[in-house]
Amino acid sequence: MLTYILRRLMYAIPILIGVNLITFSLFFIVNTPDNIARMQLGVKNVTPAAIEKWKANHGYDKPLLFNKNNDGMAAFTDTIFYTKSVKLFVFDFGSSDEGRDISHDIQQRMWPSLAIAIPSLLVGLLVNITLAMLLAFFRGTYIDITGVIAGIFLISISALFYIIGGQYIMSKLWHLVPISGYSEGFSGFKFLILPVAIAIVGGVGSGTRWYRTIFLEEINKDYVRTARAKGLSEIGVLFRHVLKNAMIPILTGVVVIIPLLFMGSLLTESFFGIPGLGSYTIDAIHAQDFAIVRAMVFLGSVLYIIGLILTDISYTLVDPRIRLS
Amino acid sequence: MNIVETGLSWWQVKPDVLWTDWLIYALLIVVAVFINHARQHEHLRAPWRLILRRRLAMSSCIILLAFATVGLLDSVHFRQAVEQRSDGTIRYGNESISLFDQIVLPLKKYTEKTYSAPFAVQLYSKENIEMDDGSMRRDYPRLKYGGAHLADKPSARYEDIKSRVITALWKAGVLIVAITIILALWRGAKRSQGLACSLRSMWLGHGDIPWKTIIATLAFIIILISLSLHLATVYHIFGTDKVGQDVFYLTLKSIRTGLVIGTLTTLVMLPFAIMLGIMAGYYRGWIDDVIQYIYTTLSSIPSVLLIVAAVLMIQVIIDNNPDVFSTLQQRADVKLLALCFILGITSWTGLCRLLRGESLKLREADYIQAAQSFGVSNLKIITRHILPNVMHIVLILVVIDFSGLVLAEAVLSYVGVGVDPSMISWGNMINGARLEMAREPIVWWSLMAAFVFMLMLVLTANLFADAVRDAFDPRLRNS
Repeated sequence: MLTYILRRLMYAIPILIGVNLITFSLFFIVNTPDNIARMQLGVKNVTPAAIEKWKANHGYDKPLLFNKNNDGMAAFTDTIFYTKSVKLFVFDFGSSDEGRDISHDIQQRMWPSLAIAIPSLLVGLLVNITLAMLLAFFRGTYIDITGVIAGIFLISISALFYIIGGQYIMSKLWHLVPISGYSEGFSGFKFLILPVAIAIVGGVGSGTRWYRTIFLEEINKDYVRTARAKGLSEIGVLFRHVLKNAMIPILTGVVVIIPLLFMGSLLTESFFGIPGLGSYTIDAIHAQDFAIVRAMVFLGSVLYIIGLILTDISYTLVDPRIRLS
Repeated sequence: MNIVETGLSWWQVKPDVLWTDWLIYALLIVVAVFINHARQHEHLRAPWRLILRRRLAMSSCIILLAFATVGLLDSVHFRQAVEQRSDGTIRYGNESISLFDQIVLPLKKYTEKTYSAPFAVQLYSKENIEMDDGSMRRDYPRLKYGGAHLADKPSARYEDIKSRVITALWKAGVLIVAITIILALWRGAKRSQGLACSLRSMWLGHGDIPWKTIIATLAFIIILISLSLHLATVYHIFGTDKVGQDVFYLTLKSIRTGLVIGTLTTLVMLPFAIMLGIMAGYYRGWIDDVIQYIYTTLSSIPSVLLIVAAVLMIQVIIDNNPDVFSTLQQRADVKLLALCFILGITSWTGLCRLLRGESLKLREADYIQAAQSFGVSNLKIITRHILPNVMHIVLILVVIDFSGLVLAEAVLSYVGVGVDPSMISWGNMINGARLEMAREPIVWWSLMAAFVFMLMLVLTANLFADAVRDAFDPRLRNS
């Protein structure tokens, strides 16, 4: 098992190098630091001296890949590629273009993101699986058809409308919860209700639809027929056999997104003013702070790859037929 | 306008084809070739017949066609003649307008000062108005165009709307009956039935084609068009936005942006995905390793972040080279195209993975082994045997992706990495309206218009995609 995990981790390294090269070329080769400096300083009335000064302040005044002025290893380390990209591997994100320490920001902003993401995931899972079981139980009837069409209808609504509509109805018309904001501890609970509820409602269409397909695939299998043939009730079949076997695809689908929960949701967080990583990214985009965007791209990829590895491991845990080799 | 003054007609124009226009024309040709090809092959025709037999799918298809028509009319751009110089040459305007603009010219031209509610005759906010006797009064000013035909009697508005609705419905009814009769005659002529007999079997639902659904959907569209012809020309039926533009016009123009993103993205990514996916599965070995590495790396970057990074970079390039584009419109157009490319790059990996898996399976099939042993070249095997057998996957994914891309446009525009702010799109409409939610009374009409039109497009696309998947997915067909 340990060797398997180690080997999976080894596979991840070339992919991370690839991600790093892509971000590097996007941020530094497609656009020279000069362009970025000009962007930050405003396109008009910008002098070459101002550009040089900005670059020196933010550490963009080094050569891209190879520094002729230095000898030995320093020729490689005193470059933009080394200081800005290679250091990402040890999670040294450096400082943002505004001068804040990105790693510190990320550590602080991770928790509000999780406070929204974890309840949304857990309650959402419960709701989706319950509804999907219901549709699978009534498969082929009008309840099922209505449910499927309602699901398509819900999928067809943009996430923006769920948020705007939810905020308008719950906060502005009915004054049930505050429209936005965040605070730590239990007093922050009232701020979390609406974003979590909207995340669940927004995901119920696609989630239910997906789990329903999984259940229906299982229901057509031979062991289910056997279970029915021996006289088990339909509810017993669904809960004792179908649900248990459907847990394999469900679980692996969930595991892959768990690490990404840290990243938070761009839309929800920025609409509700939650100081998480999602709104951090959005603010960076609006302020055109490329250092933060670069760090988030790398962090997101690392988390995604961790998710993939966890998925493979969880496969072997829930399905004894799969052996790691 | 000076068009009339100079004695030039609106059709004295110079075509002005934008980049996305070219690609839309290319897409039309691809679709036409595909339809022509599918018509000649029974095995390709069968699933389509299956799709169009389903009522929901047929109805969605017709509505999608209506959307596509608007989008296509909006993709024929030209510049109008502005003045005729003394030496006989004609000077053309700077703004390129589309055929669609020309059709809905009143909507485009009738701009008010600022917000006004749907069907309003007065502005949304109070202003100082100078009275005839020179005194000032604070009141809601009359709109310049909304309800202008009512002159001094704004109170007659409800009567006027009522009579216009009745006229519109009456005319639409006549048109619907006429179309029904024409369709019945056409159907009857094919199977040598009389009109009454044909109408009766259409009503009873004989045969495969769901005629009742077709006519109901057409009726729905005709009624909407008729209503907007009678109402939108004299009122702002969805109100006006912050700078006084007609919201109905904006939401109609957004259709093209949505369609461009939904279709061109697919068009630009398909060649890559198909070629790489099949190559990886067919050749295996190091080619497979390299291609797998590329798509695993790309797909491990969360797509939103990759899009954000790429769009930010492209924006910097475009903003730093403003001289390349002669007009704002061209610049916005190139940005839109760049967005399509970026969305394409992030979305081809899923298709590529599926195609690789399918090709891996296919290359072991007996008929391909046979072709290989006969010495058929690899290229020929791929184009003749593998490609046609994976096309159903491509088709299913293309239609499924479409609605997701239309929705993505709105979100990306909100995030600030979507289409150009000067381009009319649902994302920009929502973004602009979002800030006005806090106003009292609330400005809801822009949001509502964007919501209704987006929902209609995405919902019909999803319903259609569902039918396509059911018809083309062999796994589902067997069970």
